[in-house]
Amino acid sequence: MPVDCAFQTTIERISILDEHGVYDEQLGEGLIPDSDVVALYRHMTMCRHFDEIAFKLQRSGRMGTYPQNKGQEAASLGAAYALEDKDWLVTCYRENAGLFWRGVDPEKILLHWMGDERGNHIPVRATPLAIPIGTQMLHATGLAWASKYRGDGGIGCTFFGDGATSEGDFHEAMNFAANLDLPVVFVCQNNSWAISVPTRIQCSAPTIAQRGLAYGMHSVQVDGNDIFAMVKVVREAAERARCDNRPTFIEAVTYRLGDHTTADDASRYRDPEELKLWEARDPMIRLRNWLEQRDLWDENQEQAQRIENEAIVSGIVKRAEEIEPPTTNDIFNWMYAETPKVLETQRKTMRTSSLGQGFDGV
Amino acid sequence: MANLTLVQAINLALTQEMEKDDRVLLLGEDIGANGGVFRVTEGLHDRFGGDRVVDTPLAESGIIGTSIGLAMGGLRPVPEIQFEGFLGPAYDQLCTHAGRMRSRTRGGLTVPMTVRVPVGGGIHAPELHSDSPEAIYSHNPGIKVVMPASPYDAKGLLISAIRDPDPVIFFEPKRIYRAFREEVPEEEYTIPIGKARVAREGTEMTMVSWGASVVQCMNAIEESGRDIELVDLRTINPLDMDTVATSVRKTGRAIIVHEAPSNCGVGAELSARIMEQCFLHLEAPVQRVTGFDTLMPYYKLELEYLPNAERIGKAIVETAAY
Ligand SMILES: Cc1ncc(C[n+]2csc(CCOP(=O)(O)OP(=O)(O)O)c2C)c(N)n1
Ligand SMILES: [Mg+2]
Repeated sequence: MPVDCAFQTTIERISILDEHGVYDEQLGEGLIPDSDVVALYRHMTMCRHFDEIAFKLQRSGRMGTYPQNKGQEAASLGAAYALEDKDWLVTCYRENAGLFWRGVDPEKILLHWMGDERGNHIPVRATPLAIPIGTQMLHATGLAWASKYRGDGGIGCTFFGDGATSEGDFHEAMNFAANLDLPVVFVCQNNSWAISVPTRIQCSAPTIAQRGLAYGMHSVQVDGNDIFAMVKVVREAAERARCDNRPTFIEAVTYRLGDHTTADDASRYRDPEELKLWEARDPMIRLRNWLEQRDLWDENQEQAQRIENEAIVSGIVKRAEEIEPPTTNDIFNWMYAETPKVLETQRKTMRTSSLGQGFDGV
Repeated sequence: MANLTLVQAINLALTQEMEKDDRVLLLGEDIGANGGVFRVTEGLHDRFGGDRVVDTPLAESGIIGTSIGLAMGGLRPVPEIQFEGFLGPAYDQLCTHAGRMRSRTRGGLTVPMTVRVPVGGGIHAPELHSDSPEAIYSHNPGIKVVMPASPYDAKGLLISAIRDPDPVIFFEPKRIYRAFREEVPEEEYTIPIGKARVAREGTEMTMVSWGASVVQCMNAIEESGRDIELVDLRTINPLDMDTVATSVRKTGRAIIVHEAPSNCGVGAELSARIMEQCFLHLEAPVQRVTGFDTLMPYYKLELEYLPNAERIGKAIVETAAY
């Protein structure tokens, strides 16, 4: 018996606007109308400013732990732009840009990190930030399944980090989506680190994209700091999901320019040279250059945008900070559709001991 | 003798056990160069190297499942789960394997591992970083559950846990990780697992607690000005009912304080056993001052949820007056 090749493939890596500002006219042909590119860039600058202010709020004691999104704006924004409102966004916590584009009120995200559950009440097709790593991809798979079942034309798009691809739930989600023919787009934001652990400890294959391939779905690597490439691959993946009920795995290669969260100090484990390298690959720098080369943007607009962003973000902060404090009723009211008597008693008395609740045992 | 925080005491215990026994190895997320997100393993990677202080893939089931294998393979793994809220993925390995291995192999295979887990609320952390799941793991047979309330106890209990022939979940109350210091001997010592400590003697009533709540109890007792006995359980499974019952028979009254919800909490177990073992001595119904039967709220409301000196104080007055 000869040794045959049972299967052979390659993983494509898609880049349209690279870090040197080189734009692939062919791949980028007709991809995003100029006016939309401007809007996307403006949105990114607002998100970056939001991120900086959120960081400062934490540092000045006005907010709890916050995970900076800095440097990763293009990945989720490109996806949100490519998707439709009926599609679910099932994210982690580095997808502010995409969520805001979809219509999630940024003050909700601040409220979440300010320790306020009201930040999770989101009236669009997006789930609240997922704190337990690697769990939400199954929900996206189920949401996509529901859309398929109901025939509403929606799909699920889920985001997670490189670290999350080590969790068992991630693999189960991929396996379900592929084998049950579900319309899901999996987007892994490979930002090189899971807190202090480098991607090599999560995946020793040359690409994370191979993981999707192993489950039998179309898988691709993309420059996650290139918004054009993100739009292209997510659009294709959405089409594949919507028309063929087939999932796609997208490895978006990006980088976490900040610490893991405000509770972290990346200088303990990360080479500053690596950071410098990636600062030059910032998705906003290349996008601004692209716009300026085409006379779609200039320094005056940049200045005006900065002022506008300051006003927008200070309004967001003001609304988040000035919300009336939650009452203790909030602890109880949302546990069940109908509050059981035991909880009613606890809510009323704010006590758990029987004597404190008026039960005297007589 | 040094004046140490709870974090430092644990670090010292780990260092000494690793020096002494090369079967001891640490594994978990971010415990290496980063020294753990709470810096509990700070310096250990440098000192013992990457074979004994291992940064693992981000997978709690993987961490515990491989620890079970390491333990059955003759080592003494000390896995870290970064926060108690992330024990979820490891639940299966803990409860369907770690707790069952000795019994189902009739002692042929055993799992001497110590799972270190920061626990509890009060530090303004995000969701799932503030829970108290000790009852869940105590309910599952075969796993010992330990929670120190002071740096001194942390060192002695952790050494015992590492040397214990069975799986131990060692919960570290993060609210008191750095809240106070205590004299901790440099030389090795152990504190037995399964033995409670009378943290304060008294005659009027008994208060039972563990972990960070012990501090709240102590404050409440001092504010009350009453002669109250405080039992710090130290070990939640197996329960040291001898110490608890002896105290309650003496005082006739009992209050149990914990952060977790009261419904099916460890307080429920204690209360039932006190009723069973001290029935004719009781002069008041056993009281439970606990978290509510809800989710641990996000941090704006967490102090309303956690039992505090005020809420404990009311229970003291009511119990004394009964
Ligand atoms: C189940 C679970 N385990 C551990 C953690 C603690 N934790 C929070 S973020 C993180 C790293 C996540 O890395 P990655 O998936 O790459 O996402 P990134 O933060 O890099 O965007 C860890 C270990 C958690 N939140 N959930
Ligand atoms: Mg990452």
